[in-house]
Parts: sequence; C-alpha cells; structure tokens
Amino acid sequence: MDQIRVLVAKPGLDGHDRGAKVIARALRDAGMEVIYTGLRQTPEMIVNAALQEDVQVIGLSILSGAHNAIVPRVMDLLREQRMTDVAVIVGGIIPDEDASELKKQGVAAVFQPGASLEEIVRVVRSSVKQPA
Amino acid sequence: MSKGHTATGGKPVTTLSGLPVQPVYGPEDIAGLNLAEAPGEFPYTRGIHPDMYRGRLWTMRQFSGFATPEETNRRYQYLLEQGQTGLSVAFDLPTLMGFDADQPESLGEVGKCGVSICSLEDMETLFRGIPLERVTVSMTINSPAAIIWAMYLAVAEQQGADWGRISGTLQNDILKEYIAQKEYIYPPHPSMRLVTDTIEFATQQVPRFNPISISGYHIREAGSTAVQELAFTLRDGIEYAEWAVERGLPVDAFAGRLSFFFNAHNDFFEEIAKYRAARRMWAQIMRDRFGARDERSWKLRFHSQTAGCSLTWQQPYNNVVRTAIQALAAVLGGTQSLHTNSLDEAYALPSEHAVTLALRTQQVIAHESGVTAAPDPLGGSFFLERLTADVEEAANEYIRRIDGMGGMIPAIEEGFPQREIAQASFEYQQSIESGERKIAGVNAFTVENEQPIELLAIDESAAGHQVEKLAALRRRRDGTRVTAALDALRRAAEGSENTMPVLLEAVRAYATVGEMTAALRDVFGTYQEKSIL
Repeated sequence: MDQIRVLVAKPGLDGHDRGAKVIARALRDAGMEVIYTGLRQTPEMIVNAALQEDVQVIGLSILSGAHNAIVPRVMDLLREQRMTDVAVIVGGIIPDEDASELKKQGVAAVFQPGASLEEIVRVVRSSVKQPA
Repeated sequence: MSKGHTATGGKPVTTLSGLPVQPVYGPEDIAGLNLAEAPGEFPYTRGIHPDMYRGRLWTMRQFSGFATPEETNRRYQYLLEQGQTGLSVAFDLPTLMGFDADQPESLGEVGKCGVSICSLEDMETLFRGIPLERVTVSMTINSPAAIIWAMYLAVAEQQGADWGRISGTLQNDILKEYIAQKEYIYPPHPSMRLVTDTIEFATQQVPRFNPISISGYHIREAGSTAVQELAFTLRDGIEYAEWAVERGLPVDAFAGRLSFFFNAHNDFFEEIAKYRAARRMWAQIMRDRFGARDERSWKLRFHSQTAGCSLTWQQPYNNVVRTAIQALAAVLGGTQSLHTNSLDEAYALPSEHAVTLALRTQQVIAHESGVTAAPDPLGGSFFLERLTADVEEAANEYIRRIDGMGGMIPAIEEGFPQREIAQASFEYQQSIESGERKIAGVNAFTVENEQPIELLAIDESAAGHQVEKLAALRRRRDGTRVTAALDALRRAAEGSENTMPVLLEAVRAYATVGEMTAALRDVFGTYQEKSIL
C-alpha cells in the first residue's frame, strides 16, 4: 500500500504555525508523506503545490478568521483543475456554523481547537478518496 | 523537555518546563543562595521598586482592536470607563504585514484579528477623544512598527501633545518574529536597522516612550518552555542592546527604555520564578556585560499577558479560572502591566461581556485579594527561591549556547530557537494525547453537548468601509507630496540615516501603510523562512 500524501498548508496572512507543524509531524509519524507549504500561501499556490506534489489530502490551517474567503476559493480552484478527488480538511478557529457551511461546500472535515492528534490522523486516513 | 505534572505512583514530577520538583523543600535547598537583597535593590529579584504595588498598581492594559478604527475607538472608551488604566492596540493581519485593506492579500482578513489601520486618517479616528498626553498606549506591531509609530507621533502632534511627555510602548521586536510569531517582512539585518532607528529616535525625541517590548509571550505561545521563553527573550534583548551600542548610543541613554513582555502560563510557581530570574539576570547583564551605570538601565520592566494557548474551546468558562490563576502569578511575580485573556479566547476576539470579566479579574486581585500589600510576598519561600535559581541556571545555559553560535541572528539562521520550540510544542501535545497532562474539559472531565456562548462577530462591512475610505483618501491627498515622500523613504532606506524623519513626512502626507511598506520592501527585500517542523 502506497504512502498517503498530504499537503499541510497555511493560507492567508496568518503566521500561527504551531498547530500545523505539530499535525504535520504527527502525520509523518503515522507513516504519511507530508509536505508543509510554509506560511502565507495563496489558494493558487496551495492548489498548485497539491498538483505538483500529487497529494491525496490538503490540510488547511486557518486561525485568522479568514476561512470564509479562503476555503471556498481553494474548493473552486480544485474544481477548475479537476482535482476534486483531493480531500480537503480544515483546522483552526472555525465557528460551528461556518464549519457546517464548509462541509456543505465539500470540505471533508473541520477540526476546532482541542482536537486530538489521534482523531486527526484517523480522519485524514479515512478521507483519502483515491486508492492509496 | 516538558514532562507531565502528575504526582502519582512515584513517577518523577517536573514543572511545565521539565525542571524537577522535589517531594518537599526546606532550608537546606536555599542555604547556599544569596537572598539578602530587598525589593528595589540590585539585582531586583524581589521587584524593581522598594514598595511595588503599595506605591502604584500595575497598569491594567487589555489588548484590544477589531474591525474599523471607529468601532475600536468605542471599545477603548468603554474599557477606560470600566477602569482599564492603559490602552493596548491590536492591529489586523493586513496592517501587521504591511498591506492596505484594498490589496489582494487582505481579502477576508480586514479587521478580523485586530483593527484595520491603513493611514494616518485611521490613526486619528482610533484615538479620537483620547488625550495621548494623559493616556499611555502600547501598540503590538512589529515589521511596520516604525511606520505605525510615526502615525502615532503625528496624531500626538495634532492633539498638541508634547513628544517629550507622551508615553507608551511599541512592540517592535523583530527577532521574535523570526523565532515565533512569524510577522516578518524584510530580512533580519535591515529589520534590525529599523528597530535601532526607533530606539535612537526615542532617546533623542520621545524619551518617555518605550520603543521596544522585548517579548517572550509569543515564543511561549508557539510552544516553548518557560526556560526557553526567558532565555530567548533576554538573548534577544542582548542583541538589541548590542545594535544600539554599535549605532553609537551610550548604553545608559537607551537601556532604561528597553521594556519586556512575558507570558503568564499555568505552572504557577514556575512563572513567578521566571519573572524573578528575569529581573536578576537582566540586571547583571546590563551592569556586567554592557557596563551600564544608571540603575534605570538595570531594572527590567515588563508587561504580562495570560497564556492564550492554555485556554480551551471546550467548557470555555473554565478559562475564567485559568486566567485568574495566571494573572495572580504575574502579580506575585511583580509585573508592571497586565492583560488578562477573555473566556472566549479559543473562539473569537473578546465580546464586551468577556473582556469586562477579564478586566474584573485584575480588579478583584488588585482590590480584594490583599496580595498587593507586601512586595514579593513569596520571597524567602524554600520552593520558590530554589526554583528561581534553577530557572536562572537553565536559562543562562541557553544564553551561553546562543553566544557560542555568534549571537541570536546566526542562531535564527541556523534554526536553533525554532527547533527547540517545535520540539517542546510536540512533546507538550504528546503529553496531552497520552493523558499524562490533564486539561479539564479537553481530555479529562469532559461533557457532551455544551451550550454555545455568545461571540463577537466581525462582518465584511468593515473591509468595505476601509476600502472606501482609502479610495477617498487617495483622491483627496496631495499625490505629488506622497510620491516625493516615498522616494525620500527609499533613499533613506538605501543609506544609513535614521528613517523616522522621512517616515514622519510620508505619514503626514497620508501615504498608506501599504505604500510605505512597499517602498521599504523595494530596498530591503523580503525574508523567506526555512520551515522547521
């Protein structure tokens, strides 16, 4: 079984990367291939990186409140690029109503503060749409 | 290094930083220590004033800002009415990163994490009705700090306030951006030049202002231990002092206005030990390493903020308790200024109700708890004095290592502090995952179906409002004057003159944050970090 490939991304201006880095490391420890984009990525840069790196999952970390502008743009770009087989998972400061809305737009899962690494790893694994 | 706290089954017990805690402490643990000095006496372990809070309470300074300058001005008026004694400005991410509200990078971000400030016009609105000669203001701004400070000085000037009398603080600590908060724009050397420009300008023209707040808060929030927080902060302080001396400033001309900013985290006694160790270490660094002679140069003054990263999404009312305990640690540690977080920290910017309760937390401690009656009331405690010495020793070891690397900038370029922080934060998370460290509501004492809490909402109309104002501003202002000012700014940046005068001219001409940042970026370039997981 091939390794699951995950892109962990920090979109927008938010520079708080503690969570994204801890999760990237946990996913690596769980046997996944993780590419961390670094900070201040635009949706275009993220989708392009996902394409280049041929990932099955994109993890977006957003704590700035800008998720309603950023996430739909990522989803649109994935549709434009015919990459809808890539699962998108969002983590950060996302209120419940916004989380429901994002899931309606195709986001596979939304993690709010306090989520356990074990659960995140499990959900990432199960979100993979292509055969691994 | 951070291990669990649990004292069950004979397992070793440590502080949050991993320092061992013995089963009991007694006189033999402090027998060899020099505990003779009183509060207000070098090296100020027990506080920088002989009387501490008997003479004057700490400043209650709630960090605040959201949406438009108009709305934030209203919140500031409210907080001052509720008994806050100093202001503290939170800027939005576009402002922090040097972008105007109408730039593409700002989409979705305007006013969300703080107030949107694009030009002097916004700064004027922010401080409408607030006399800068009577109210001290702290501004949490880093890469664009010199720009924002120029706007502040211009507003003070408009109000007829004397620059020689206004006081406040500029965070302006770029080194910790590379280490932890990541709001850098330019590379380290030109950024340090800008910081040194502000320190020099302050010593010459704004002598009661603190041009820098050398910070550990963000380092701690990024996941460091208390020891790392202390060590990296003081070593950053050493770096700033070296650059100022290199600029030709005598140490006693500027050192008295270097201020500090620490986290107030959960491990009650370790935090108090940290503050006491910080004062002792800095006094010795200033006197012995830098040859400072004025006692104002020796006295470490600091602001504290209770630990945002310790507050939870689950059972948010538990956060009121955490904040109260953390605030008490900061007070028992002798802080000069304090921000207490709101219970909704994990959800949103503070609602009016939540920030009022956070302010009341300070007021209860100040007026009802009795802890302000004696300076350093825990001084002489076997446990605390031993812990203070242990924290100091562990922090000094880090400082020696960074000295060995050639200083903080080489250490940053090598990724040393970033690696230490990443490791500490991962270990901390593991201790929660394993249940070794219990957090009420998160991995212990959980409940199903919690009641939602009322939150502050910031809608997109703030962005629209700011964008419209910018369009009107660009039409109204003297474009020729702006262009000339930006050219002068670029020339100053290319040379070695102090950039503050040209920034002031650009600000008075109503150049925008984005325009001034872009001009500097043209000259200085940008910084790309090498990510360390």
